Amino acid sequence: MLFSILFYISLCIFILGTAWKVTTWFTRCIGPASRGIPSSRRVSAALQGMLRTLFSRKIVVVAAAFFLDGILQRRILKESVLRWVMHITLFAGFMLLLLMHALDEWITMRLFAEYSSTVNPFFFLRDFLGVLVLVGLGIAALRRFILKVPRLKTRTPDRIALLLLAIIMVSGLLLEGAKMLSHREYQQMVEDYADTDDAEELRALESYWVQEFGVASPDVSPPFPDETLSLGREVHEMSCAYCHAPSPWAFAGYGTNRAMLPIATFLERVHAVLIFWHIHILACFIGLAYVPFSKMFHILATPVGLAVSAVTDFEHSDPANIATRQAIELDACTQCGTCSLRCSQVGAFEFLDNPYILPSERMAYLCRLGRSGRPGPAALEALRQGAYICSNCDRCTVVCPAGINLRELWISVREDLIQEEAPEPVMLSPFSFLRGLRRPVLERTVDYGGPLSRARIAVLGNGAEGKPSSGEREPLPILGPQETAKDPLLQAEHFAHCFGCRTCTTVCPVVAAFEDPEDGLGLLPHQIMACLGLGLQDMAGRAGMLWDCVTCYQCEEHCPQGVRITDIFYTLKNRVIQEGWNPRQRLTDTREEAKQQTAEDRDPLP
Amino acid sequence: MNTYALFLGCTIPARVQPYENATRAVLGKLGVRLVDCRDFACCGYPLRNVDQRAFLFSAARNLALANHLGLEMLVLCKCCFGSLKAAQHILRRDAAARNDIGRRLQEQGLRLDADIEVKHLLSVLRHDVGPATLKEKVTRPLTGLKVSAHVGCHALRPSHITRFDDPVSPRIFDELVEVTGAKSIQWDTKLDCCGAPLLGVNDELSTALTRNKLDMASKAGADHLCTACPYCQLQFDTVRQRLREGNDPPDVVPPVLYPQLLGWSMGIEHKLLGIEKNAMDPVATDAI
Repeated sequence: MLFSILFYISLCIFILGTAWKVTTWFTRCIGPASRGIPSSRRVSAALQGMLRTLFSRKIVVVAAAFFLDGILQRRILKESVLRWVMHITLFAGFMLLLLMHALDEWITMRLFAEYSSTVNPFFFLRDFLGVLVLVGLGIAALRRFILKVPRLKTRTPDRIALLLLAIIMVSGLLLEGAKMLSHREYQQMVEDYADTDDAEELRALESYWVQEFGVASPDVSPPFPDETLSLGREVHEMSCAYCHAPSPWAFAGYGTNRAMLPIATFLERVHAVLIFWHIHILACFIGLAYVPFSKMFHILATPVGLAVSAVTDFEHSDPANIATRQAIELDACTQCGTCSLRCSQVGAFEFLDNPYILPSERMAYLCRLGRSGRPGPAALEALRQGAYICSNCDRCTVVCPAGINLRELWISVREDLIQEEAPEPVMLSPFSFLRGLRRPVLERTVDYGGPLSRARIAVLGNGAEGKPSSGEREPLPILGPQETAKDPLLQAEHFAHCFGCRTCTTVCPVVAAFEDPEDGLGLLPHQIMACLGLGLQDMAGRAGMLWDCVTCYQCEEHCPQGVRITDIFYTLKNRVIQEGWNPRQRLTDTREEAKQQTAEDRDPLP
Repeated sequence: MNTYALFLGCTIPARVQPYENATRAVLGKLGVRLVDCRDFACCGYPLRNVDQRAFLFSAARNLALANHLGLEMLVLCKCCFGSLKAAQHILRRDAAARNDIGRRLQEQGLRLDADIEVKHLLSVLRHDVGPATLKEKVTRPLTGLKVSAHVGCHALRPSHITRFDDPVSPRIFDELVEVTGAKSIQWDTKLDCCGAPLLGVNDELSTALTRNKLDMASKAGADHLCTACPYCQLQFDTVRQRLREGNDPPDVVPPVLYPQLLGWSMGIEHKLLGIEKNAMDPVATDAI
């Protein structure tokens, strides 16, 4: 009775949770292109798409994706054999146990007329599958805690998932062992099923069962004479053998049984069977209810994601379906960390201390975003900068075992973030190359130039073009020897050799591209060098030319005095980005902000 | 037989696969062996604007990985080449940076070596393989084809660091073009930057610089612009397409990557060289 109630409660929670999740697939908007599309449109586009696929050759593509990537998991195999073994054992073991053991009344019993859980092959298989899962869990723990795979973060949801699975499996094995051990259980079965009342036969049966089946009896104990055992076997074959294979077939449960034998009486007294049963059942039900709210939801979302990815593409599909696909992809993420393992920007991650440079961290954040609402400005800034520091190399996309098109996800997320008011100076770098290539497409849906203007204004400080304000000028304060000593940029070796020949400006192709260079660019290269010579590094730092420098090194190549102009420009740019947008400072702010939010909204940065 | 660790960088696998495919096809025929290293990551070039140490670490990590393999690096992208050379130069002279980065690499089981050989594809073809060997393999000389060799900037300058070629009068690229039987014509703005570093940052300026180059190549009568860098190739291709779709389409010369040109003259099939994939659509790639 209790069992049914608990089962139905957890099933309800599971169904409602899944329903809510599926709804978010049609309501969640990622990227500017998705915002104008109403959810009803997305639902109808999805239904149309599904019908079209179902009645066309595309269904083969979907089936292939589902089978090869969803069941056989060949994408994981491509990445690493160890991971594939880990996941296949977990997946196959757990799924088969779910279908054939937990749902045996609905499935196994209907498929196999002679099914009984204690008869082979089911008896053996149940243990075998359970051990498979434990092997998988072992490898998972090995990877996370001993091998310490780089950039693979282990968070609470990961620990909960591993722990829950472990509890279910271990409690199951203990339950099995305890049931085999229990005299109470044995006697109940004898009452229900024994074909004889004869005391001698019953005693023989019990002896046989102590010998072969692991029962701990207070009445009989080994060693048993052969005649007893053969009589016992006869009775067994009449009453019990139809449903019972010898216990050692369930090798793992039998193992726990043998281990528990010394404390059999104690276990009997505390009704160990009931205790283990409750733990096992409760763990399963908690697991069931927890699925939609945990990373285990990927069991449902990833196959759906794989199927959808197989038939949509970002160039040609209905934008409504693309929006839905990206929402599904967020749930399809299993937090496996492969994307971060292969990310090209590992160097940036090492030094800039911004976790959102790593794709898996961005995913984790996006997934949490659904639950905790709008993040604070410091967190947003870290996310925006982290998402922009990406060379768009596509590696994360190629290796993702869940088939998520991470590249398009980042492009959407990035565009969302830079379209907000806060500027992103990292945009003024070759990280914007792909955006430039995609300009014609972007211009259809977003304000392409707005984020760039905001970034420029932010780095220049005194006007969008970086021109010194016209009109009256204050006399420029020159720094004394004390100040210059502190700043490496103002060291003599950088510009002391400059004698103002202006070759740098003369050979600069950017300068040559303007009819009136001073008007178009503001301070020119030789003027920026002169600023440094005069100790006016702030003014040099706010020159627009820095960001229009095409880094072709003509100036540095042709400077007759060997002044490293392009490299000095790089140093000035680094300064501007770090002084205004120091990632370390920002992360400290984010942590402060996080503490002030409620527990639910907390952003667990590492 | 020469063996190199192939360094592809970020742009080629994602957006310019023909460069990789053509290079493998051509080097295969020349008996050059390429070793792939899955752990190679970004050379650090885009990080130069953002943070010097992040850039140095990114470059140094790749150098350390090549050191681990015990091979010279063969680099296809000129921006990668320039940034790896620059990093080597800085690390050789700045002991503090060298120690810091060396320590961090050690934590990851790698040893920093700022002295390993880093070579661009063109240098390998010109110096290691040699024009004589190349000429032997040319079965279909591209006689009559007029090509403007785009030397560009990041491999060439600063010349005392990259040591790629003479900075004022470079010859390597021209010699390699002529090996195929084509004529490498002289043209203005040969040594100018293609403008790619500014695409997405200042599109007007970037396009103006590129257009200038395309116009000069056309004026000199070139049939093709030859590149040896994915950024240059993408920049010329993209801007050329945009100009042709504009109101006043000028005569713009189609860009081709050097291994495609060489492969063409060596009789390698066009499909392998990916020539029809030039004029690449930057929105969709074949990666997925």
